[in-house]
Amino acid sequence: MAIAIVIILLVIGSVIFHFMSPWYFTELASNWGDMDNTVTITFIVCGLVFVLANLFMAYCIIKFRNKDKDQRAAYEPENKKLEIWLTIITSVGVVAMLAPGLVVWAKFVSPPEDANIVEAVGQQWQWSFRLPGKDGRLGTVDSRKISIDNPFGMNADDPYGQDDVLITTNELHIPLNQPVKFNLRSKDVLHNFTVPQFRVKMDLVPGMITWQWLTPTRIGTYEILCEELCGIGHHTMRGKVVVEEEEQYQAWLAEQKTYAQHAAAPQGDAHAGKALYQVCASCHGLEGEGNPALNSPKISGQESWYVKRQLEYFKHGIRGTNPEDTYGAQMAPMAATLIDESAINNVSAYIASLPDKPAAQTIKGDIDNGKDLYETCSKCHGRQAEGKWSVNAPRIAGMSDWYLLTQLKNFKHGLRGAHPGDVTGRQMESMVLSLNEEKMQDIIAYINSL
Amino acid sequence: MASTLIVLAIIMGAVVFWLVRQTLNVQPWAEEGLVGQHHAGGPFSISSAKIGLIVFLAVASSLFSLFVSAYFQRMDFGDWTVAPEPVVLWLNTVLLIFSSIFFQRARNAAIKNRAGGVKSNLMIAGLFTFAFIGGQLWAWQVLHNNGYILSSNPANAFFYLLTAAHALHILGGLWVWSKTVFKLQNKVEVYKVCTAVELCAIYWHFLLLVWLVLFALLLST
Amino acid sequence: MAHVALADKGQDLAHPKTWIGAYVWSQDHKVIGIQYIIVATAVGLVALALSAMMRLQLGFPGIFDLIQPNEYYSAVTMHGMIMVVFMLTAFFLGGFGNLLIPLMCGARDMAFPYMNMLSFWVYLASVLVLCSSFFVPGGATGAGWTLYPPQAITEGSAGSGMGIILMLVSLALFIVAFTMGGLNYVTTAFQARTRGMTLMRMPLSVWGIIMATILGLLAFPALLVAAIMMLLDATLGTSFFMPAISDLGEVSSTSGGTPILFQHLFWFFGHPEVYIVALPMFGIASDLISTHARKNIFGYRMMVWALIAIGGLSFIVWAHHMYVSGMNPYFGFFFATTTLIIAVPTAIKVYNWVLTLWHGNIHLNVPMLFAIGFIFTFIHGGITGLFLGNVAVDVPLSDTYFVIGHFHMVMGVSPFLIVFGGMYHWYPKFTGRMLNDTMGKIHFWVTFLGTYAIYLPMHYIGILGVPRRYFAYGTTLSFPDSVQVINASITIAALIVGTAQLLFIFNIIWSLFNGKKADSNPWRATTLEWQTPDTPPKHGNWGPELPVVYRWAYSYSVPGADEDFIPQNEVPSENSKHEVET
Repeated sequence: MAIAIVIILLVIGSVIFHFMSPWYFTELASNWGDMDNTVTITFIVCGLVFVLANLFMAYCIIKFRNKDKDQRAAYEPENKKLEIWLTIITSVGVVAMLAPGLVVWAKFVSPPEDANIVEAVGQQWQWSFRLPGKDGRLGTVDSRKISIDNPFGMNADDPYGQDDVLITTNELHIPLNQPVKFNLRSKDVLHNFTVPQFRVKMDLVPGMITWQWLTPTRIGTYEILCEELCGIGHHTMRGKVVVEEEEQYQAWLAEQKTYAQHAAAPQGDAHAGKALYQVCASCHGLEGEGNPALNSPKISGQESWYVKRQLEYFKHGIRGTNPEDTYGAQMAPMAATLIDESAINNVSAYIASLPDKPAAQTIKGDIDNGKDLYETCSKCHGRQAEGKWSVNAPRIAGMSDWYLLTQLKNFKHGLRGAHPGDVTGRQMESMVLSLNEEKMQDIIAYINSL
Repeated sequence: MASTLIVLAIIMGAVVFWLVRQTLNVQPWAEEGLVGQHHAGGPFSISSAKIGLIVFLAVASSLFSLFVSAYFQRMDFGDWTVAPEPVVLWLNTVLLIFSSIFFQRARNAAIKNRAGGVKSNLMIAGLFTFAFIGGQLWAWQVLHNNGYILSSNPANAFFYLLTAAHALHILGGLWVWSKTVFKLQNKVEVYKVCTAVELCAIYWHFLLLVWLVLFALLLST
Repeated sequence: MAHVALADKGQDLAHPKTWIGAYVWSQDHKVIGIQYIIVATAVGLVALALSAMMRLQLGFPGIFDLIQPNEYYSAVTMHGMIMVVFMLTAFFLGGFGNLLIPLMCGARDMAFPYMNMLSFWVYLASVLVLCSSFFVPGGATGAGWTLYPPQAITEGSAGSGMGIILMLVSLALFIVAFTMGGLNYVTTAFQARTRGMTLMRMPLSVWGIIMATILGLLAFPALLVAAIMMLLDATLGTSFFMPAISDLGEVSSTSGGTPILFQHLFWFFGHPEVYIVALPMFGIASDLISTHARKNIFGYRMMVWALIAIGGLSFIVWAHHMYVSGMNPYFGFFFATTTLIIAVPTAIKVYNWVLTLWHGNIHLNVPMLFAIGFIFTFIHGGITGLFLGNVAVDVPLSDTYFVIGHFHMVMGVSPFLIVFGGMYHWYPKFTGRMLNDTMGKIHFWVTFLGTYAIYLPMHYIGILGVPRRYFAYGTTLSFPDSVQVINASITIAALIVGTAQLLFIFNIIWSLFNGKKADSNPWRATTLEWQTPDTPPKHGNWGPELPVVYRWAYSYSVPGADEDFIPQNEVPSENSKHEVET
């Protein structure tokens, strides 16, 4: 008896939950309202079945539960007519759901001819984008050509590729109300390009180009989520799509660099950087060896792309602006003395040229435990903690270990990496989530042992 | 997956055909008492072991058809370059045909209860099979020496994979074969190994068929 | 005409002489079934513990610092694979299949008892290999239970070294074990049925288990093929599935392969696998409902045909798992259609269960509670499947918590309710004692209500777009903070449900010694397993004479009969010929 009442309550509760729950589709921002409609149709048909079947079952239990010893059940092996009717009704319900679904899908498989092409490139664990440029054609690419200087794997001799616009941050802009076809490419493993507000999604498959299309219909900034498990950083693989009016879009587009411009950009000049480094030397030491007394970490031995990015972050207020990050705050005005990008390039190149002597080891911990914990870290920072350019992970072996501890704590407590502009720092946020200070020390002790 | 679906459709078709023959459409509640000719020991006049083998052959068919499906799907990608099939494969095919023939002769002899015939035919069939395995290894050697190694091209990888999968099945059969020969060596009476010989014969015919399909596939692509 | 039962003549039952022979190296199908159940339960508890760790992480990120990201993804993977393959498949087919097929068909044992024993030991080996992967450098594989390459074998995933290799080896062993067991089940049901046991007189449990076994025998090779090819890709540098990639900045030596091929092979196994678990569940549910409602199963023929239809159709729906995988999008039309067609026979089964209750005489015993709970959860999980099977509806929901909610309802909660129901139902037959009723009821209510509290909200945060397989959501633009609140409450419900399962284990052990003594047919059921001369049945099951079957398995409440059930092997007497409706 209780079971019948509970089933009735669960049915009522589920229906109430359906209408009252604060969780339902996010506000639509694309032309795929039809998908929402098919979901609604399915909810109606299935909801009816759910309610009717369960209430009927509850009724049967109440009515036909065993009440006295002499009660006998009916003997009713089958009822052809009833079964045929039920089959027919079910088939009708199935068709009612299937037909609209197929119509919507027919729309999905035929993208409009005039759709703008955008290539979304996935890799562990970041997004980047490529636009075809003025010629309207994307240049050819080859995964085997991917390197630190050519992260898109462009074929240098393809004329169509020269004017391709390369967007190396994770933020893409698209104009409002213009259909866009995303060509999806992966450099390494499977990924999935999802913006919940757009409804559509599609996997990125290495070795082939997949696609999806949509027309953005609402201005705003939306998050791109990877929805195909792609390794331990899967949950940190986020990007942004900004839908905006044509004018703003053009303004944004004008700021972006083409492949040819990227390729022609000057390399940092270590010689010119030496003069600029004198400001740094007062704290970080003449050879970049660091000075714990001034809370200045060792910077020699660090790769130039990392130093460069951090200098830019400090300069543009992305790092060192949290009032609790006192040492970061000291760095911010220093970085501001580097007037432009080439100054930053030059000083980074000089720092990379400094002699690399391992920093003194100051932190002790349980190396064995640290080794187990380091398994997660090793995916990006390398088995030897040597750092990996492709995932923007700096070298951490042989660097100032006390600084490492400070930074882990900063990441954990939101002193670093919380700024929306700090895309890579943000990825550290959840990676250090389950580390307490003792575990951090164990990890650092293990890194010291490498 | 088309080739797999065809094989599965045939298997499923056989199952459903058999089920329908088993009067799937009766109203079981309408009849009481002993019905049908059915009695314990099954509706078949054949042994459980044979049924088991036939079911296993269905499993193996599924396995090989999936390999073939994968082969076709992978073939469509641009990097597929076929290695020339070593000539020795033709010889191996003949060897396997002979081993199948001698298994059949051993089976016939076993049914007629001729001890000598069983043993000699079984031995010859086994020798041909070993020769086949040796020949396959030789074919590997030829390919390997000519630089067609496993990892250099998916066509090579499939060649090694398919032949290895087939050879492993044969080795499994040889294990049963060796047990049977061992029994005959110990003067076990023929009727006691009759089933084993018969099953071996069926199994070898099946593996011959699989090999012919695989060989045709390798030759034609 | 005097029949000499061939099954009796042909089967030399190896009667054990020692304790080890009887309980360890046993060839008795009942002992092997119990061995399967014990190992499946043990490894299921491991998977349960993994889910508790995941839930603590998701519900309270940063508070319970139990696991790191790599361990989280290992837990996701191992939980899924263990529950689907090593727990549910093994429990239904290895456990219930072994226990029930020979008894329900009236056989003395499986057709090949020695191979049956080997099947268990190879299964045990596969479980041990799988569990050993927790302890190798790099840990267990974190590729997701779908094991998609390239990530399964590239550096960026947890356990991409030894972890994935051990997983593949373990799966290969499991497939060998399953094939040996499966050959036995099919051959036994074909060959060793007792006199009078025609196909259409078999209980639906046997039908379900046998159809599932046939599916498994034909589908598991696809997993084997995929596993072998991935093993070669991982160890010998072939390019079956591996294209040219830039693996964390380093160009790979592979080229030209296609990850989609793996997905096709995987789901060619993976979708029938769903039915490998579902068909035995359907069959056992039918028998529980019929027995405890004291009424014949409604539409028996339709139930059998539906099982066969579902089994056949399950081979042509696999790519509905791949609508957003990047395969040719035109496939979507075909697979959406086949998938929704399969809903029809499935719905008929549900109707027939409910119609069996209609005009029944429903005894709300503990097994019946589980069966009714199952109907509820299966309806819920079934209809959410209609969302995901329909391609345009699937796209916004794919890879979100809606999927998690759906398959846990249909493939997690539902089969487990039937596993529990089956245990409460058949425990007395195999131990001679009843399970404790009070503990059973507590176990039912906590499990039933608790799991609904877990999975219902998941559907809705899935519609919101919350992705599955995320270690943490971190700073996000996409979801309101309320998602974290519901995640925390889901975790609490999950921990309560998890704890209730320990009560069930306790009940099983406690009742073994203290349970009420059971007579040979406590539920007054018709099927043969309740008619054995001994309870628990001895080795050989039937004493000197095999039972003879005179009627179908559902003669409950036959008009004119003295009792409200007539066992299948009761000799019909001429003077009390029951009225039989046609």
